[in-house]
Amino acid sequence: MTHDHDHSHGHDHDQTFQPDIEDSPFTHHQVMAEALGELLIEKGVFTADDLRRQIEHLDSRTPALGAEVIARAWTDPDFKAKLMENVNEATASIGIDSGDIPIRAVENTPETHHMIVCTLCSCYPRGLLGPPPDWYKSRAYRSRTVREPRAILSEFGTTLPDDVEVRVHDSTADLRYLVLPMRPRGTDGMDEADLAKLVTRDCLIGVSLPDNPGGV
Amino acid sequence: MSERFSVGDRVRVRRAYPPGHVRAPYFTRGKVGEVQAIAGSYRNPEQLAYGITDADRLPLYRVIFRQSDLWADYQGGPKDTTVVDFYENWLDPA
Repeated sequence: MTHDHDHSHGHDHDQTFQPDIEDSPFTHHQVMAEALGELLIEKGVFTADDLRRQIEHLDSRTPALGAEVIARAWTDPDFKAKLMENVNEATASIGIDSGDIPIRAVENTPETHHMIVCTLCSCYPRGLLGPPPDWYKSRAYRSRTVREPRAILSEFGTTLPDDVEVRVHDSTADLRYLVLPMRPRGTDGMDEADLAKLVTRDCLIGVSLPDNPGGV
Repeated sequence: MSERFSVGDRVRVRRAYPPGHVRAPYFTRGKVGEVQAIAGSYRNPEQLAYGITDADRLPLYRVIFRQSDLWADYQGGPKDTTVVDFYENWLDPA
């Protein structure tokens, strides 16, 4: 962006110029996406309203839904069994639409810690959690997670003993993965809503562990 | 669909470097792992990427590798593993 003009006309130039979104170069892929959307609407494949609804639906998927699902699995063994079988069907059974792309859960245990990556692109259980964080799409996370997962974990503040198996899942294909963390100790008296507050997005990717409310 | 491999089979990822849209990560090419699960069958994404909408359906396998088999100088825990999903066209018996 440029901001060339005569500096003698008396308004405040100490303010930083904030670019509008159109001021960055329109990339090839943005042009292609815009053109494709317009053509499909023109051809009557879907309407602008359908497209808007779909975007709105995707934007309504958040890690909070994932946390709700995990808290239910911690408190309801039948639901947990269903979740381990098929995440999409299990979430539908409690009124959460997690989309058509198959999601599978991997369960953390004292012996095995799971973490998720997509080395080839940025596959992520968007149908349940919404868009991934930017770091998940970075080349550094994607390449280092399979090469030195424990270094990545430690950068997220997560240290695991050497005799725990760190198992990285590379979502290269048609399945997406969701980590089912271990329920922290000291949470026996907590209800589902309070348990859900312990589960963050990073726990569901497997780079972090739920907070232990006892602090131990 | 009949699958060529069963859970527990040792498989080697093809050491091939075709151009274009490929869904087998470089770091696994030529490496040996074990079939951990058969995860259904899906249309071959390497054809779908080129507009072949009736692409072949291929079995999808979850293959588990020991990190020390993927990386000779792996520095993490001795039990650490990576699981990668492969369509059947990328796997040979090992």
